[in-house]
This record gives sequence, structure tokens and C-alpha cells, in this order.
Amino acid sequence: MTQQIKDTVKAFIIDNFLFGDTSYALADDVSLIESGVIDSTGVLELVTYIEDQFGLEMADSDIVPANLDSLVRIAAFIEAKQAAAQPVKQAAGAA
Amino acid sequence: MCGFVGYLGNVEPATADGLLRRMTGSIAHRGPDEQGVFVCPSAGLGHARLSVVGLGDGQQPMASASGDLHIAFNGEIFNYVELRDELKARGRRFRTGSDTEVILHLYEEMGPDCVDLMNGDFAFAVWDAPRQRMFFARDRMGVRPLFYTEVGGTLYFASEVKAFARVPDFTAELDEIALDQIFTLWAPIAPRTAFKNVYELEPGHIMIADKGGLVTRPYWQLDFPDAEASRAPRDERQAAEELRELLTDATRIRMRADVTVGSYLSGGLDSSIVSALAAPMATGGLRTFSVTFDSAEHDESEFQEEMALAIGSHHSAVNVGPGDIASIFPEVINATERPVIRTAPAPLYQLSGLVRAKGIKVVLTGEGADEVFAGYDIFKETLVRRFCDRQPGSASRPHLFRKLYPYLPGLQKQSASYLAAFFGAGKDSLDDPLYSHRPRMRNTAAAKLFFSGDLRAKLASYDAAAELASQLPERFARWHPLHQAQYLESRYLLPGYILSSQGDRMSMAHGIEGRFPFLDHRLVEFASWLPPGMKLKGLVEKHILREATKDLLPPSIGQRTKQPYRAPDSQSFVGAGEQPWLRDAMSSEAIADSGFFDVSTVRKLTEKCRQQAVTGFRDNAAFVGILSTQLWHRSFAGSRSDVTEAA
Repeated sequence: MTQQIKDTVKAFIIDNFLFGDTSYALADDVSLIESGVIDSTGVLELVTYIEDQFGLEMADSDIVPANLDSLVRIAAFIEAKQAAAQPVKQAAGAA
Repeated sequence: MCGFVGYLGNVEPATADGLLRRMTGSIAHRGPDEQGVFVCPSAGLGHARLSVVGLGDGQQPMASASGDLHIAFNGEIFNYVELRDELKARGRRFRTGSDTEVILHLYEEMGPDCVDLMNGDFAFAVWDAPRQRMFFARDRMGVRPLFYTEVGGTLYFASEVKAFARVPDFTAELDEIALDQIFTLWAPIAPRTAFKNVYELEPGHIMIADKGGLVTRPYWQLDFPDAEASRAPRDERQAAEELRELLTDATRIRMRADVTVGSYLSGGLDSSIVSALAAPMATGGLRTFSVTFDSAEHDESEFQEEMALAIGSHHSAVNVGPGDIASIFPEVINATERPVIRTAPAPLYQLSGLVRAKGIKVVLTGEGADEVFAGYDIFKETLVRRFCDRQPGSASRPHLFRKLYPYLPGLQKQSASYLAAFFGAGKDSLDDPLYSHRPRMRNTAAAKLFFSGDLRAKLASYDAAAELASQLPERFARWHPLHQAQYLESRYLLPGYILSSQGDRMSMAHGIEGRFPFLDHRLVEFASWLPPGMKLKGLVEKHILREATKDLLPPSIGQRTKQPYRAPDSQSFVGAGEQPWLRDAMSSEAIADSGFFDVSTVRKLTEKCRQQAVTGFRDNAAFVGILSTQLWHRSFAGSRSDVTEAA
């Protein structure tokens, strides 16, 4: 699951921030800020994308480099967020 | 204020006059009033004159009374009145009322050291026949340009590079290292220029050329006290009084002209101060000129009008509306003669056109105050980064970054940890000489993503920031961090971009001479030795300048926080009125032909711009940088002399 999320997000980043440049070695753990891949407006685009693509709502406290500054972190964050949302959905469905 | 060209070496006598006239003709916009040439067996000079001082008797090239010296001069020596009086007192006789003749007399007396006495914005060449050498000098801060190149063993020089396109066998080629520097530092590191094998004389330097070759040396250098000494207490009131006296005198001598002197008025602190000082000195009232924008985020007309009313100036403005920047951008790049990553020069091109249309040839501006008195955001940003680095885990300190950039909505929405990450808090060593500029360099260099594979391979081992760091003087390490940041701005970006691409080239494209009281070297030296806290007090920029001039301005202007001068970037070029030249310049064929950028990524970037989806710094800088490089390539690359062109 994590790999699938990672691949999806990676495709978005390559297309949107690297303009399809596949020669750029976007390693899973590279810092997106330090490597110049995204800037302050890029973060806002990334958040919008994650919310739309994965059906998540991100709180202000979620929008921190610890959650979003590399592919590994983004995938882990999305997976955790989805897992946290799951029981609520299931509970709502049971009722 | 004018333009000049020339050569030293072997040019066929039969063709020399015609060549000089063609070279001079190519920069006639700098001096639309008169043209002249001087030719001797091994050297030649050409001059395009903008008559400002000594209207009837200041023709150039000008010879000394003995006929031994010939000069071509671009600029003004503002203290020429005092220098002429001193020379006369020593028995020297003058034939004209011009400052040009003052230079000839001074050179006759002192040789190359004559520049030490000059207070002005100048670039000139003196043919010294007895010594068979050409002497060149450029002003201390780099207001006036001087380029040179060698073709077939002959040295050619000119106020603008386009003059070299008239030289047989000259071929223009983009310097790829310079392109890397522009995409990192915003400007080439002098003496390098955007043209391969074309160099500029650095600010504050002289050069002597003879049969033995070229010798270049500095005659003035920007300096600061050691950090410890810079903290020595100083009486603020006294400093403010001295500053006011110097600035008033710097303005007074810049009002000297035999034509009307006007003033730019941006609505900010600096040009308001200059205009307020100049207003009572202007015979018949001061004429002021502004740029206004349709877009509210860039427009300052409310403050411009308030200031014009306060000083009683006769005010005119040119408005920048949708499509205006795009419609003139190719002309702008033809004038800058180098790629740029911002569109900010374009409105200034429009403004100088307005000034010319109003019949004015000379304007004062507030340029230089931000470098000299620490006005730019980058100085405050450095302070905040250092503050954060003292306590890297702090959750509250990074919020200060938000305060620095109220006009950047993308930053306002960020968390403290993201703010710290964007500004590289904790990332850069405090001992790094480029500490202050690292975030800007990183953000700009990210646009190199669009370089082609070939260009990336050629530049793989090149590091523009490392080259810059290697050029810093040994004493730099001993300076206060604010002074280090001021040096980087004043020594590199000021002449390399502000005074050239936004300054001289934009005003002289319409034959308008800009004068900059804040760049009077007496004021620059005075400010360098002020304690850092008098310039940047907490997060209030230009504190001592505000103190020194608070009686001159309405409080709403005097207390204004610095608004950086900006213009709409990528959004200027797309939309309903997209220019046909843009489609041509950014087409896949044109991108592939120039070879500097990657066809596929540029196509996607252009599409993103067309969707109005580009809002960040990197992509805007990349788009403008690529577009201007493409226009540069179209205007200049491969250009060769057209010897059939009429003289």
C-alpha cells in the first residue's frame, strides 16, 4: 500500500514540480525543500493534491516538514491518516 | 551622459572612420544629440552625446589643448565646478564649460590617479598619444558601463556590447558560465558578461591598455570596519545630522546641469527623500515621474500622489496594464543585453520613455539607499535566520519570517517548522561567508532544473556560489554579518543587475540619464562606518535615514515599511493577448535550436503559465529567465558585422 501511495505521489511531484523531468533522481528520502523541488507555494499545491487525491482533510498541524518533506514521509503520513479515518468510517457504516 | 566606442590596435585607416561611425550609431539612443569620431594611426574613439553640461561647447571626442590627449566620456563629474576652480587657481586655462575638459586637465596633471578626485558617475577612455596607451576608468559603484573585447589582436571597447556587432569577425555567443551565474546570483560576476569573450571593467577600477597588454587595478573599494569596531557607540543625533548634510550636498551637486533635472517618485522612502530634497533646488518647480500598476499588489500610486502633493511637484505617471510588459519585453532584453529572471526592468523602460516624451533628459532616483542603509528584506531575513539558529528547536521564532514578507501569501499560510525549513534555519554554517544569501541562491538555482542535458553536463563541476565566495576580500571575514550582507548586495547585485539591467540600460534606451544621490561615495563611505544597529534597528530598516529626514516627509511615507519594487512576472505574458513572438521564442523548435533548455520541461512550464497556475518564485524566475535567454539568443547570438550598412 505504502509503495502504491509513494508511486502515485511521486508521479504527481515529477509532473507538477519537475515538469516531467525523469532524469532527476528523486530518491524516496530526499528533502523536497532542500533539493529545491518545492517552495512555499509548492507546499500548498501538494496539500491540495493530497486532500483531493486521497480524500483526506489536513489540519494546520499536519502541514509540517515532518509529514511532507520527502516521499517516504508523505506516504507514511497518508497511510497513517487513512488508517485513523478507517474505524470512524466503519463505525459510521455499522450504525 | 552619453555613450562611446573605440579601439586600440590595427584597423585599416580607410575603414576606421566608417567602423567607428557604425559602432557609434548602434548606441545612438544613449546620445541622440550629437555624434563625433576621432581616428589616429593606432587608435580611434567614437561618441554619441546626450548634451547635459556645456551644451554648446562640450562636443566629443575632445582633445586637450596640446592635442596629446583625446577623451570619450560617458557620465558626469558632479564636483567638476570645484575641480575646475582648483585647476584654474593653479594656472590652467579652460576652453569650454564642460566637465569633460576637467578630466583632461586632471589626467594631464595626475595621470591615472586623477580618478581619486572625481565625484561622479563615469566611464571614459583617454587616448594618451605620447605614451601610446589608452586609459580607462569606471565610477566607484558601477553606475556607467564599459565593455571590452579583443578581435584579431585589436582591443575594442564600448558603452554597450551591441556596438561590437559592427566589428568585422566579432561573433556573439552566450557565455554558459554567465548563464549559470544569472540563474544563481541574478547577474554575471564581473568582469564576465553574458557574452563569451566580452568583459566589463569592474566598478571602481582603472585599466591601461598599450602594446604590452591590459593592466587593471582597483582605485576604490567598498570597505567596512572590523565587527568589534563597528559596535563602538556613536551619537545617533550627530550621525543623523552628518547624514542629512551629506545627502543634501549629494543631491545639490546632482542638480547641476544645463537642462532641467526631474526625479523619479516610487512612493517609497528613498525616492521621496531625494525628491523632497531636490524640490526647493529645482528652478521652476520639480518634475516627478512614477510607474503605476493595474494590479493592486504592485501599485503605489496612492503614496506617489501624496508625496507629489506634499512637495508641490508637477507629477506625471505611466501605467502598466495587462499586456504592456509583454509588448515591450523583446526591446527590454535588447537593452539589458543579458538574460534576467524578473520582469522588473520593463516598467522602468516604459517610465524612461515617458520622461523622454515630456522633454526631460535627467532624473534623480532613490537607488542605492537600500544597499547603503540596509533596506532590503534580505538583511532582516539574515537577522531572523541567525536568531532562529541560536535556538533551532524554537516553535515561535520562525513566525518572524512571516512578518518579513507580508506581500507573499504563500508564506503567510505556513507552519513555523515549514518557515524554518524554507529559510534554511539551522542549515547553513554561521561562518559561511555567503550565509545571508544562501536561501536566495538556493531558490534561484532551483530554476536550473530547466537547463538542457548538454548544458547541465557542461556545468556539472561549476559552482557559481563557490566562485563568488572565492572572490571576497580577506578582510570580509572580520566584518559584522550585516556588513557582509551589504557588501554582497552592493558589490555584486547593485552593479550587476540594479544599476545595469534595471538602471542604466533602461533609462539610456530612451536617452535618459539617472543620477543617484545615495550612491555618492562620500555617503557610501559614511554609511559603511555607521554601527549596524543604526541602519537596521531591530526589524526597522534604514533607521538612521528615517531619523535624518523625518521632517521632510508625511508620516505615512516616512514610517512606511519597505515595499520591494516588483512587477508581474509570468502572468504578464499569457492570456488573451499572448504575443506571437512569445509562441515563437518558446516553441519547441526555438528551445531546441538555442540548446540551453530542455524542450519537454519548458513546454510543460509554459503550459502551466498559460493556465495561470504558476505562482511560486522558482517557476516565475525560470519562465522569465528562459524567455529572456531565448530573446537574447534571437537578438544577439551569432551576430556579425554588416559592413554594407550605411554609416
